[in-house]
Amino acid sequence: MSTEASHRRTFLKVGLAVIAGAAFTGPAGASAQQDSLSGEGATGTLRDPYSTGRPLDRVTPADNDATVQRIEHQLKCSCGCNLDIFTCRTTDFTCTTSPRLHKEVVGLLQSGLTEDKVIDQFVVEYGEQALMAPKPVGFNIAGYVVPGAVIAIVGTTLALYLSRRRTVTAAEGITPAPIGHYDRLDATPEELARLRSEVSRDDG
Amino acid sequence: MTLLGSFALWVCWLVGLWAAIVGFSGKWRERPDLTRSLIRSSYAIFGLLLVAALSLWKGLLSHDFNIEYVAAYTSSNLPTYYVVAAFWAGQKGSLLFWAFMLSIFASIAQFTTSRRYADLLPYVAAVTATIVVFFLSAMLFGHENPFERLAFTPADGNGLNPQLQNVAMTIHPPMLYLGYISISIPFAFAVAALLSRRLDTGWLHAIRKWTLVSWFFLSCGITLGMWWAYVELGWGGYWAWDPVENASLLPWLTMTAFLHSVMIQEKRGMLRRWNMTLVIGSFLLSIFGTFITRSGIIASVHSFAQSNVGYFFLAFLVVASIASFTLLYTRWPLLEAEVKLESMLSREAAFLFNNLMLVGIAFSVLWGTLFPILSEWIRGEKITVGPPFFNKVNVPLGILLLMLTGIGPLIAWRKASVSNLRRQFLFPAGLGLLTLIVLLLFGLRDFYVVISLSLAGFVLGTLSQEFYRGTRARHSMYSESYPYALVRLIGRNRRRYGGYIVHLGILCYFVAFCGYAFKTDKEATLKPGDTVQVKSPFGNTYSLTHIGVSQYEALNRVVSAATLDVSRDGKKLGIMKSEKRQHFSEASPGVRKNTFEPSTEVAIRSDLREDLYIVYAGSVDGTEEAVYRITIIPLVWWLWFGGGVLVFGGLVTMWPGGPTARSPRLIGANYGAGLAEAETGAVAG
Repeated sequence: MSTEASHRRTFLKVGLAVIAGAAFTGPAGASAQQDSLSGEGATGTLRDPYSTGRPLDRVTPADNDATVQRIEHQLKCSCGCNLDIFTCRTTDFTCTTSPRLHKEVVGLLQSGLTEDKVIDQFVVEYGEQALMAPKPVGFNIAGYVVPGAVIAIVGTTLALYLSRRRTVTAAEGITPAPIGHYDRLDATPEELARLRSEVSRDDG
Repeated sequence: MTLLGSFALWVCWLVGLWAAIVGFSGKWRERPDLTRSLIRSSYAIFGLLLVAALSLWKGLLSHDFNIEYVAAYTSSNLPTYYVVAAFWAGQKGSLLFWAFMLSIFASIAQFTTSRRYADLLPYVAAVTATIVVFFLSAMLFGHENPFERLAFTPADGNGLNPQLQNVAMTIHPPMLYLGYISISIPFAFAVAALLSRRLDTGWLHAIRKWTLVSWFFLSCGITLGMWWAYVELGWGGYWAWDPVENASLLPWLTMTAFLHSVMIQEKRGMLRRWNMTLVIGSFLLSIFGTFITRSGIIASVHSFAQSNVGYFFLAFLVVASIASFTLLYTRWPLLEAEVKLESMLSREAAFLFNNLMLVGIAFSVLWGTLFPILSEWIRGEKITVGPPFFNKVNVPLGILLLMLTGIGPLIAWRKASVSNLRRQFLFPAGLGLLTLIVLLLFGLRDFYVVISLSLAGFVLGTLSQEFYRGTRARHSMYSESYPYALVRLIGRNRRRYGGYIVHLGILCYFVAFCGYAFKTDKEATLKPGDTVQVKSPFGNTYSLTHIGVSQYEALNRVVSAATLDVSRDGKKLGIMKSEKRQHFSEASPGVRKNTFEPSTEVAIRSDLREDLYIVYAGSVDGTEEAVYRITIIPLVWWLWFGGGVLVFGGLVTMWPGGPTARSPRLIGANYGAGLAEAETGAVAG
C-alpha cells in the first residue's frame, strides 16, 4: 500500500513538474522542438551523442604536422584494418588502435627522434609488418626488382629474337603476307587517284 | 520457395554434370541427338538457375528471416532496392548470382553464335556447364547454400552493412561479376577451338564481341568500385592496392592485352599462341580473384567471411590451370604463326611491346599481392605490401605503357620508314614537349607527374592527329562537313575509333592519378561559428565555418548532420553537409537495435580542378563541437569523366551491326579507313 502511494506521489510530482515547465518555457519549448539539439550555449549537447560514434579528442597542431602524416602513411595500423595509421585514424573513427599509435608517433618525434628513427622504432616494437611496404633489404629486394627485371629480360629477349628471325626471313626471301585490311580494299580508279593525291599532299 | 530453390540447384547440378561428361567425352560427334541434348542443357541450366534466383529474391523481398541468408543481410526497414541488391551482398548469394549470370551468358552464346561455328558449340556447352557445376558444388558441398534455414525465426534481420547502402553498391558488384563471368565465354570458345583443333581465326570472330563485353563490364565494375570507395568509405582516395582491388585489375590487364594482340592475329595471322594463352590466363585470373576474395588467404578490407569455399576455388584453379595448359601444349604445333614480323619499326612490334607492358604490369601486381605469402614461406616473416610498394613498382611501368599508347597508332603496319616516322611523330611529340615546357614554367617539379602529364600531351597529340586526318580524308573524299565526317568516320570504323576514344578515357585516368600526388589533408575541431582555412594545391584558399550539428531520424537510421558554410577566396560556395549515420533494425515499432557502428557520409564539392572532401569525424564529449577531416584532392573529376569517356568508347566498339565482309558498306568503310591509315603511314613502307 505504501509502495502504491509512493508511486502515485512520484507520478504527481513528475506531472506537476512537466506542466510547470511547459507553462514557463512555452515559446522556448516550441523552438526546442524545431531544433533537435536541446543543449545549452554555443556547443549544445547532442540529443543522441552515441549515434555520432565514440567521443573524439580535440585536434592538436601535431595532428596536422606534415612529418607526422608522412610517417603515419608508412606505418600500418595493427587493428586488422589493413590501412596505414593516418588513413585508419582519419577514416575508421571506431578504431582505438590508430589514435594510440598516432600518439606514439607524436611522442617519439617530440622526444627528438628523426623520421627514420621513428619508423625503425616501430619496426623494433611491432615487427617488420608494421611497415606499409617492406624495406628494400635482403629478400625484400626481390619484391621490388623482380617485376621490372622480368619485363626487361623478356623485352630484350623478344627484341633480339624478333630481329634475328626477321633477318633470317629476309635472307630466305620469304614474301610477307599482305595486310588483311588492304586485300579487301576495293576502290574505283578515281578513288585511288584521290587516295594517292591525299597521301602525296600530306607527304609534301 | 527455399525447397524449390534447393531442388533447382540440385537438378541443375545433375544437368550440368551430364553436359560436362557428354561434352568432354566427345560421344556427341557420332550422335546428333546427344549434340542437341548438350546444346539444350545450356538452356535447361539457365531455366533451373532462374528458378533458384527467383526463389532467393522471393525470400529476400518477403523478409523471410527464417532463411539464414535473408536474416544475415537484410532487415525489415531496409529500402527495397538494397533488399534486391542483398542477393549479391554475401558469399552464398554471390555464388548463386555468379552461376546464374554464367548460365545467361552461356545461353546467349549458344543462341547467338553463328552456325558457322556449330562444331564448337557442344564443347562450349560442356565448358560452361563444368564451370556452373563447380559453383554449384561450392554451394551445395561447401555449406554455402543460400536457402539454408535457421532453427528459429528472428524477429528482424541484421540489416545490410551501411557501407554497402550506397547506390554504387547496387551496380558495382554486378558489373564486376559480369566482367569476371563473361570471361568464361571466350575461355569456353578457346578450349572448344583447342579440343576441336579448329584453330583458324574462326573462334576469334566468334568471341570478338564477348571479349569486348567482358572488358567493358570489368572496366565499368572497376571504375564504379573506385567511385564507391571515394564517396562512401571516406578515406579520400579511390584505389588502395588492396588484394581484392588488385584481383579485379589482373584480368582487366590481360583482357586489354588480348584486345590489342587479337588485332595482330586478325590482320597478320601472328601471335596465335600468345592470344590463346591470354584468354586462358584471363579466365584463370578471374577465378584467382574470386579465390582471393573468398579464401581469406590474404588480408583485405573487402573479403567475404572466411569459409571452406576457398579450398574449392583453389582446387578448381589448379585443375583448370593444369587441364587448360596441357591442352594448349598438345596443340602448340597447330598454332604456328602464319607470317613473321617484318620490322621492329612496325605497329605489330609496338603492339607486342604494349602487350609485354600490360602483362608485365599484371605480373607485377600479382607478384606484389602474393609477395607477403612468399616472404612468410621463405623467411617465416610476415610483411605488409601496401600502396607505397605498388606505387614504387608500378608507376614507372604505367608511364611506359602510357608512352606506348601514344606510339602504337603512329607506326605503320608491317614496316615504317624514317620519313614516315618523322611525319607521324612531329605533332604529337611537339605537343608532348610543349606540355613539358609549360609544366616546368609553372614550377612543377615532381618527376613522375611531369613525365606523365607530358606523355599525356603526347598521347593526346596522337589521338587528335588520328581523328583529324581521318575526318579530313572523309571531308575531301565525300565532301562531308567536318562534324558529319567525324561522326561517319567513327561509325564506319567503330572498333578502331572506339578504341581511340577508350584511349582518351585512359588518358583522363592518368591526369587524375597525377592530381592525387598533390592531395592535402587537414584536421580541425570547430565549435559552431568557428572558421578554418585550407589552402589548396592550386593556390585557392577555402574558408569553412562550422554551423552546427543537427540530428534526425530517416528511414532506418539516426542521422547526425554536421554543416559547414564554405567559401573559396572570399566567394561563397554554399553549405556542405557531412553525416554520421547510426543504422538500426526495428523488429516492431519502438523496439530498436543498433545494427552496425556509426558510418560516415562524406561531403564532396567537385570541379575540374579539385575536390573539397569533408568528413565529419565525430564530436567532442557529445557536443556540437565537431571534429572534421578536410581533404583537397586535385583533378579527381577527370577520373569520373574518363570513366564516362571509356564507357562511351567501349559502347562504340561493341555497338552491334556494322559492315560485314565484302559488303558494299565495308568496301566504303575500308576505303575511308584505308585512306586514313594511308595518311598515318600504313602504306608508307
